[in-house]
Amino acid sequence: MKTANGLADQEIFDAHLASQSASGAPEWWLDLKRESWRRFRKLPMPMRKDENWRFASLGGVKLDGYELGDSSPPEIADKEVLKRSENVRQRAGRLVFSNDRLMDSEAISEEWAKKGVIWLPLEQAVREHEDLLRKHFMAQPIKLGSEKFSELHGALCSAGSFLYVPKGVEVDLPLVAFHWTDRNNAALFPHTLLIADDMAKVTLVDFFSAHDRSSRNFICGVNDLYAGPGARVTYISAQDWGRDSLAFHLNSTQAFKDAFITSLNVNVGGRQARNESHSQVLGEGAHTQMQSLTVATGKQEFDQRTLQTHFKGRSVSDLLYKNALLDDARTIFSGLIKVEEDAQQTDAYQTNRNLLLSPTAESNSLPGLEILANDVKCSHGATSGQIDDEQLHYMRARGIPEPVAKQLLVFGFFEDILGKLENEEIAENLRTLIRSQF
Amino acid sequence: MSKQLEIKNLSVTVETTEILKDLSLTLPRGEVHAIMGPNGTGKSTLAKALAGHPDYEITSGEVLLDGENILEMEVDERARAGLFMAFQYPSEIPGVSIANFLRAAKQARLAEGEDLDATGFYKTLYEKMDMLHIDRKFTSRAINEGFSGGEKKRNEILQMAMLEPKYAIMDETDSGLDIDALRIVSEGVNKLRGPECGILLITHYQRILEYIVPDHVHVMWNGRIVKSGGKDLAIELENKGYDWIKEEFAEPAAKA
Repeated sequence: MKTANGLADQEIFDAHLASQSASGAPEWWLDLKRESWRRFRKLPMPMRKDENWRFASLGGVKLDGYELGDSSPPEIADKEVLKRSENVRQRAGRLVFSNDRLMDSEAISEEWAKKGVIWLPLEQAVREHEDLLRKHFMAQPIKLGSEKFSELHGALCSAGSFLYVPKGVEVDLPLVAFHWTDRNNAALFPHTLLIADDMAKVTLVDFFSAHDRSSRNFICGVNDLYAGPGARVTYISAQDWGRDSLAFHLNSTQAFKDAFITSLNVNVGGRQARNESHSQVLGEGAHTQMQSLTVATGKQEFDQRTLQTHFKGRSVSDLLYKNALLDDARTIFSGLIKVEEDAQQTDAYQTNRNLLLSPTAESNSLPGLEILANDVKCSHGATSGQIDDEQLHYMRARGIPEPVAKQLLVFGFFEDILGKLENEEIAENLRTLIRSQF
Repeated sequence: MSKQLEIKNLSVTVETTEILKDLSLTLPRGEVHAIMGPNGTGKSTLAKALAGHPDYEITSGEVLLDGENILEMEVDERARAGLFMAFQYPSEIPGVSIANFLRAAKQARLAEGEDLDATGFYKTLYEKMDMLHIDRKFTSRAINEGFSGGEKKRNEILQMAMLEPKYAIMDETDSGLDIDALRIVSEGVNKLRGPECGILLITHYQRILEYIVPDHVHVMWNGRIVKSGGKDLAIELENKGYDWIKEEFAEPAAKA
């Protein structure tokens, strides 16, 4: 169903609600959606004067010309889609979606199911785990500029993964979710909700991808991470949407006492892709790592807005966003560190590094600090530079031809993050994705 | 074809200042020649100009590697032709491991379409690392990142050992090394010494020449080789210092 005003049309929402209801969604869930829709309709589209949208191209931020992804069956056969979703072989479970429809649900291995780990498609979790969903589903609005789109997500999302790891359980293989699209103009709302209870340990990977590289889509994904006391959570996403797509990926992270969260977003897709990430340090001794690697090519725009909030002290947040820019690409990084009064002995770092590989590429950095405590270590820094001539000369002096040397240096630019990933299979996947952009 | 590195009447300018003035020197393969001289006399300029650093402009002269003029070649072509430069200050390259770096360098020396034998590569790499007392864990470390001065220099020798150059220019490899590191580095160089390799050892101090005994010693002053001799010349310099050289070979204008 394609309508005049696209995703803002009432009939879009009505159709979605009807289909949710028909598939057995409970009334409380439908109510949540109705409220989100109401708020979505009330909120204005982003405007030029909004500080949160500084430097962003607003011309392409539109809702028209899209239809709901699951409004008709996918064209590419299930088998083919599943074959393309095999790149992480060592895994504890897998979910595969295409155009927001569930294609495959690989249950979590018996070993962890017995220990109470829940790994389900969101729609099923909504029916079976009301308490957890009501408590955590979009409970942390991130407010970095995309509130309207976040509400739209709340109203229209149905596809996604739900992961709950109970107290003390360690899942040592990653859970993997794939979100594909094979249809032009499809709008997708992938959701990821990860809840790790006290001392739990888990890794979740999301792959976002269009079968056709030139695909035009609207995507608004939300991923929320919750790490209870002492929990260790690793979240990795790889975004490779079609190059005519408008994509939002909105993340909120909550780290409680002594929790350790690493989140890494690798971005190569979209025409215009915006990431918003709010990391909340809610307990003493917590540690969050926020990492991002982007390869921006052509006329792509990557817009990254981050917030690190420390509510409790003796905690660490460490942000590292690295962008390699080619052609006429643009990146925007805007980050803020906020340390509340009680959060003494906080270490908070924020670094944005841009490697400019073309004279017409453009990187923008807006780092910021807001510190109310007096005993803290905070730093923020942004650099933009080209390939280092001395490094290049050194490599060439060993007989390495210039193009190969440059490539090694560019790949090396991402290695300080990729090289530290515990899971080598995932790291290799991400390397492949990055390398395929050159 | 003569197997030698022949530097003929080389003049080099850095930012409008002429540093090397009509310098000539021949290094036959199989020999070790030391170049000594006071600071600021152009020793490192010679090394950098030979390696093809873009900041060093060659205004006249030629450099023949086994009869072929390398000044016509790009930096990487010179290296593949058999010239190696051990840097005085090797670059740190985050994110590029020693293994990947050396693989790329070895691969670049193969014919197009030919693939490097990975097993053989690692076998050789480990042998050379053992020889230079470099922990095998270093293979996955980023090049020179966080290395001590001694580790950086050993890494230079490791690269030299892996790339088996015809001619190696060692630019103050001894600087910043303590006695143990100096011994290890020298042992490494001595093992690479042989009929297939000519070594040009640039140094300010005689100390390294106790470990790597040169066949010839050249003294450089004011952009030229002003004196050449056997290994005893190094000892003479050590005893007498550089002042007598400065006096003897002062600028012609001052002399007149």
